[in-house]
Amino acid sequence: MTDESRTKPILVFAYGNPSRGDDALGPAMYELIEEQQQKAGLFTDVALLTDFQLQIEHATDLQQRQQVIFIDASLTASPPYEFHPVLPEQDLSYTTHAMSPGAVLYVYQQINRQPPPPAYMLSIRGYAFRLGEPISRRARAHLQAAFEFLMRGQVLNPE
Amino acid sequence: MTDQLETAQHPERLKRVVIEPLTRVEGHGKVTLLLDDANHIKQARLHIVEFRGFEKFVQGRPYWELPVLVQRLCGICPVSHHLVAAKATDMLVGATQITPAAEKIRRLMHYGQTLQSHALHFFHLCSPDLLFGFDDEVRHRNIIGVIEDHPEIAKQGVLLRKYGQEVIRVTAGKRVHGTGAIPGGVNKSISTDERDYLLKDIDQIIAWSQGSVELIKRIFSDQFDYHMAFATIDSNMMSMIRNDGAFEIYHGGLRAKDPNGQTIFDHVDCNTYEQYLREGVKSWSYMKFPFIHSLGSENGWYRVGPLARVNNCDFFTTPLAEQARKAFRDAGQGRPVQASLAYHWARLIELLHCAEAIKDLLFDDDLLSDDLLVKGDMQARGIGVLEAPRGTLIHDYRINADGLVEKANLIVSTTNNNQAMNESIRQVANHYLDGKQLTEPLLNQIEVAIRAYDPCLSCATHALGKMPLEVQLLNSEGELVDRLQKRADGAIGIPADRENSG
Repeated sequence: MTDESRTKPILVFAYGNPSRGDDALGPAMYELIEEQQQKAGLFTDVALLTDFQLQIEHATDLQQRQQVIFIDASLTASPPYEFHPVLPEQDLSYTTHAMSPGAVLYVYQQINRQPPPPAYMLSIRGYAFRLGEPISRRARAHLQAAFEFLMRGQVLNPE
Repeated sequence: MTDQLETAQHPERLKRVVIEPLTRVEGHGKVTLLLDDANHIKQARLHIVEFRGFEKFVQGRPYWELPVLVQRLCGICPVSHHLVAAKATDMLVGATQITPAAEKIRRLMHYGQTLQSHALHFFHLCSPDLLFGFDDEVRHRNIIGVIEDHPEIAKQGVLLRKYGQEVIRVTAGKRVHGTGAIPGGVNKSISTDERDYLLKDIDQIIAWSQGSVELIKRIFSDQFDYHMAFATIDSNMMSMIRNDGAFEIYHGGLRAKDPNGQTIFDHVDCNTYEQYLREGVKSWSYMKFPFIHSLGSENGWYRVGPLARVNNCDFFTTPLAEQARKAFRDAGQGRPVQASLAYHWARLIELLHCAEAIKDLLFDDDLLSDDLLVKGDMQARGIGVLEAPRGTLIHDYRINADGLVEKANLIVSTTNNNQAMNESIRQVANHYLDGKQLTEPLLNQIEVAIRAYDPCLSCATHALGKMPLEVQLLNSEGELVDRLQKRADGAIGIPADRENSG
């Protein structure tokens, strides 16, 4: 049983709940990138993963990657999005069953006894997160801006 | 079982402490404590932002979408919602008996879900409390602390969780948003490659699970009296049970026992749950308070989940879990074990059972069969019940002639435990906080009591930057007297806006 995505050097982990308003920004970005892979043949080095939220076992998905991009909705990012490096951190935020990207990197580091791959966070500004609501108009515009950033930049197209 | 401390005589004259939101439990919760001038607890309540909106979310949707759609209700237990909705839609399509292959594939998925959920809860959310003590330094008291001090335990937790997720991926077709269970059966069988892939690690998974049971037993025994007393309440307990009394989490009847272990009802057809259970409301909470109808709301509340299931069952079908159950039972000294912290012990016995049951199923050739689907005459109402990791989960749908959902009723595990969680925090408030100066470790004890139930308080909205912990002290006029904040980095301090305002 092979899993081709395991061998790709870049991991994009876009997460959120597709049925909770702007929390769907992560999964929506997943779909946009997947569409480019399938229809345009782009991003061939990119493995795509999604989930409702980050958890400890996701540290195992970082193995053998050269670069990791986390993508999530954010209530605090400057619109339309923020993009910045993520470092392993003892993130002691008491954030329920969910973990932050930095905490996942830290778990990776601790269980593997080696530094995690370089990682970045793409935080797309969202506004409303109610169950059953679609992505808001403003957030959808931010999603498009963030997607264009990924398309034109070197993040997913390293030399 | 008492309403003592639920409602104070003169709340307007009391100080109010708010712990909001709760930490390391899913979603948003809030505890309010009303204190008199001598810091004596006069009222303690757990408020939860309820799952309301669930029913509205599914109304008007076609029934065949339900098993996929309801996964989005909760990012923590999507597989439980997936499977229970599939069971309800079995009834809608008249599939009174699904094929052996379909049932076993669903069971495998359910064991995988329960295994990964229990692994996360113990190794990530609760082991810090149990390994370091409730009054450990806050910065140390989380999974990072466990990794540093007990690297092998932490690694096992990650890999147990990962294995459960792999079982889900194989059976549901995808890691998340799976489509495996459909009305009347499942849409894929297991290939021999997939079976062999899962078999490869199962002995290690069983060994680690067995080790976790030994660990919790040792932790419990080290301070036996304390663990048996902390947040302990006498309660009824309700769970699913197999026809012969064996532990059962996928399909069976309902059993309820009173605090002394005497039967209240047994082998109740899940489709008749409404005859046995009622949902009460209270003016101060959005979440309902279910109770056993024959006992009334005052005495009929109950607990569900691992503690209830392990107490209620007559035996486990797998040898290692059964051996562990006997040791657990002995701790009760002839009564059901009522200690709230024993939830952790029971949870790990279930973890071990799930690992053993996964292995048994993987040797069952029915998993490879293509006989996956049955259908019968359409019905207007479909009820699904199963034991989710956190307890009994009920989905009840009525559809119209076009197959669209007209009405839905969902009773989720955490709602079943609502009154019990309130009772537990009152016990803690009474025994550990009353008359003392409030400090973070003391407040953490309340959270420890709630975390024992592994409540799933809301669903998977998790946008960054939302979750500090704030404690507010209000006077009898409702004015803010003081507040304390647990920041995102775990530090305790004064909120920045207060510092700025001098």
